[in-house]
Amino acid sequence: MAFDEAKKDFNLIGTRPARPDGIDKVTGRAQFGADKAAPGQLHAAILRSPHAHALIKSIDTSAAEKAKGVKGIVTRADFATGLKGEMWNKLENVMAGEKALYDGHAIAAVAATSALAAKDALKLIKVDFEVLDHVTNVDESMKDGAPVIREGAAGPGTPEGMHPNVVGFYSSGHGDVDAGFADADLVIEDTFTTEATHQGYIEPHACLAQMGKDGKGEVWCCTQGHFNVAKVCGHLLGTEASQIRVTASEIGGGFGGKTEVFIEPVALALAKKTNRPVKLVMSRSEVFRASGPTASASMDIKIGMKKDGTMTAGRGVFRLQGGAFPGAPGTFTAMCAFAPYALENVSQEAYDVMTNRPKQAAYRAPGSPMAAFAVESVVDELCNQLGLDPIEVRLKNASREGSKASFGINWPRIGLVECLEAAKAHPHYSTAIPENGGRGVSCGFWFNHGGETAVSLALAEDGTVSLSVGTPDIGGSRASMCMMAAEELGIKYDDIRTTIADTATLGYNEISHGSRVTYASGLATIEAARDTIKKLCKRAAAKWGIDEDAVYWEDGFAKPSGPNAGEFEPMSLTKIASKMGATGGPIVGHYEATPEGAGVSFAVHIVDAEVDKETGSTSVGRYTVIQDAGKAIHPSYVEGQFQGGAAQGIGWALNEEYIYGEDGRLQNAGFLDYRIPVASDLPMIDTVIVEVPNPGHPYGVRGVGETSICPPLAAIANAVSNAAGVRMKSLPMSPPRILKALDEA
Amino acid sequence: MIHVTTTINGDETEFVCDPRETLLDVLRDRLSLTGAKEGCGTGDCGACSVTVDGTVVCSCLVLGAEAEGKEIGTVEGIATGEDLHPIQQKFLDHAALQCGICTPGILVATKALLEKHPDPTETQVRYWLAGNLCRCTGYDKIIRAVMDAAKDMRSAA
Amino acid sequence: MSQKHKIEVALWGGLKPFADGNDKVEVEAATTGQMLAAVIKKHPALEDHIEAGVSVAVNGRVIASSLTEPIPEGAEVVIIPQLKGG
Repeated sequence: MAFDEAKKDFNLIGTRPARPDGIDKVTGRAQFGADKAAPGQLHAAILRSPHAHALIKSIDTSAAEKAKGVKGIVTRADFATGLKGEMWNKLENVMAGEKALYDGHAIAAVAATSALAAKDALKLIKVDFEVLDHVTNVDESMKDGAPVIREGAAGPGTPEGMHPNVVGFYSSGHGDVDAGFADADLVIEDTFTTEATHQGYIEPHACLAQMGKDGKGEVWCCTQGHFNVAKVCGHLLGTEASQIRVTASEIGGGFGGKTEVFIEPVALALAKKTNRPVKLVMSRSEVFRASGPTASASMDIKIGMKKDGTMTAGRGVFRLQGGAFPGAPGTFTAMCAFAPYALENVSQEAYDVMTNRPKQAAYRAPGSPMAAFAVESVVDELCNQLGLDPIEVRLKNASREGSKASFGINWPRIGLVECLEAAKAHPHYSTAIPENGGRGVSCGFWFNHGGETAVSLALAEDGTVSLSVGTPDIGGSRASMCMMAAEELGIKYDDIRTTIADTATLGYNEISHGSRVTYASGLATIEAARDTIKKLCKRAAAKWGIDEDAVYWEDGFAKPSGPNAGEFEPMSLTKIASKMGATGGPIVGHYEATPEGAGVSFAVHIVDAEVDKETGSTSVGRYTVIQDAGKAIHPSYVEGQFQGGAAQGIGWALNEEYIYGEDGRLQNAGFLDYRIPVASDLPMIDTVIVEVPNPGHPYGVRGVGETSICPPLAAIANAVSNAAGVRMKSLPMSPPRILKALDEA
Repeated sequence: MIHVTTTINGDETEFVCDPRETLLDVLRDRLSLTGAKEGCGTGDCGACSVTVDGTVVCSCLVLGAEAEGKEIGTVEGIATGEDLHPIQQKFLDHAALQCGICTPGILVATKALLEKHPDPTETQVRYWLAGNLCRCTGYDKIIRAVMDAAKDMRSAA
Repeated sequence: MSQKHKIEVALWGGLKPFADGNDKVEVEAATTGQMLAAVIKKHPALEDHIEAGVSVAVNGRVIASSLTEPIPEGAEVVIIPQLKGG
């Protein structure tokens, strides 16, 4: 699908109306995952492995079953058998089978009359573990002799002869990299590492479930994809997806982490066993230990550059640690690494490696931020050593329409050059770098996604509109949907109410991921509105007794298309809707498709940082985000995505990391020890919205939610390295790491 | 079980609770006041912020039994009838929330801040709210909303 | 449905060993689905990879999953790993 003539004259698009769910959210009325209760509900709690790797020899629940208030206990034996591939992996993660694969892996679950009673009963479950050797580091896990997490997990194409913990491989490139390096005036090669971080949504996973003996179930939960919850629960409980109706609650942050399913099948299994509604809410420590952190990475980068800044070749090897299951995003890391640069010679390879850690989950542009950290650090060092301006060098080598991407495609219309030009022109870039400070610049790239989408738009008799979409609203998307529908129909923003429909009400919708919601549900909303308009024009044509092709829609009215069509008073949407029962019945527009025109997006971040060389602490000074949004529907929420991604990136760069002890247990499973940025850590975050329209969307929208986390790791590392006078090669750049680097310099 | 008499958002309220239950558990599970959220249960995130006799506390660190005879204020008590408090309106005007899970706690903390310091500096606002984690916004729009609300409230005073 | 025509399909490097050492495959097709089926027919060892999920870029536009997208004559076609998001 290509929209060659992107709409340009807008009434509403680009304005900043208040969000439709706003009042609910500032008064405490909005219902999130843990906010719902059902009459007679039980509370559940999950017993988790204290070991990083252990055989589960037996589980004795007899004492717990007799405890006060306990109504039911489930273990792996209560779930479907015979699953294969992806669904087997999901079940294995939801409830351990023969082995506990990481500290925090679920072993059993209890439902009781109160949350306290359920937690008390966990202590009475006796598990006979045989503790096994474990491995939590990616490089260690690839070595001969490392404990094997699971034999036979490797995907197609994994090179033979590697350790069984290596389960995925990707390689690509073009040109002759060795010739390219020979051609360079300066070649820099180095190794970089990043640690696993957590998405850190403030709302823990929570659900309320009920299920009868007939396999019919209901789930209320906080998720980025309730249709996916229904699908996974169907498989894991041995019933059909359509028998489980899932309603998405308000969601208290996701960032990719709530694309996975962890607790809903457990609550359903307990509900079925007890014949009572079951509420299950993770504690914060469970969120850290058992829900998806991002992958950690170890990366070798080599780049050649001429004295004039021309990059002659780039090579990257990326090893991604994805926890106890296949699926680390190494492929994306490799594909994104050199995406900003039009290189004649480039090669990249990636390994997906298992360890005894929780299964990694998507986290905003999965795989890309660490790649940018490694590559952009080397580019910065090349600029420093050759005395070149970092933005000029990036402009000189920038990917642009028609240039060949590092992963093989020829770029369509992209906005990297526009972002770099905007960065160069931004006042931030021309201000003096603070004394004792450093400035960092970085590019970032993410693909964005379309995905299965279904939308329904129904008129009410009073001329207002009920819009049903199937993508949970994770950042204000209901406002954007209302705006797009109102723009098309020519009615007021406030006359549209957007609802996230449950799984029984709408066709399948892919998860809210891949920065797809404003793009795909937005496109579907526009198309559903256009479908509605066709139907409205038909009703007007019938009333006027003319051909429906002789009627067009403008600013909320059906109008005859010219003198030949006849002279008729324009007919408003409200007027047509008021008579719809008698003129053919309800008017509902809809659209179902898998839009395949998601536009990629690039960003450039500029940051100033100061480093205290005595304490090793860093303070972030000025921060500017420049990103291509294609077209900003609601600029405030676009800016919000830019700022939020930058803030998460600052945390990843400076503080956040999963710390494992020698015993393989997570040592910092709480917000006190896993410190995310607080208000006093951060400056204001300036934003520049660049708009290079995406031809795959009727208004030119590109996804914006993920690209914003791609540049900050590198931009801050460059700023810190320039301030400290020593290249920082490992994240996070916590004070001990900075002091160590200064010591060794 | 313990019997407790307290005042919540101006209303006299009675409840019974287990001695181990927190004020947050009581508000949410026994009184259906789910505006206060549990983000951590250990006093690190501030999503459960309420006021006890005018002081901002994490309700997950207060026992339900400790509410006896106290005045509790929650997010549900900030608006007056259908009229939003200026800080609530400014959060909407500035798009100062994305997911909204931290918003109730931040509003409770902000209201207390502006009652005590009607003319705060940006730095004061940032340190006052340092105990209220937000993972979505990067705080930029929150800080702007608070500063703007403070300005309006001063000129209205 | 338009007529099938010759298409040169580029593979990522890691797939070369499964395409008899080639990084390009020439097939006849008019849509993404036909193209992938023809590639598998020519190099059966690629089936596992393609069934595990791939995306296709046609003239730079990435088609994440659709098998029905038309491929115009003379288009640049590249098979890439399947794209998803976070």
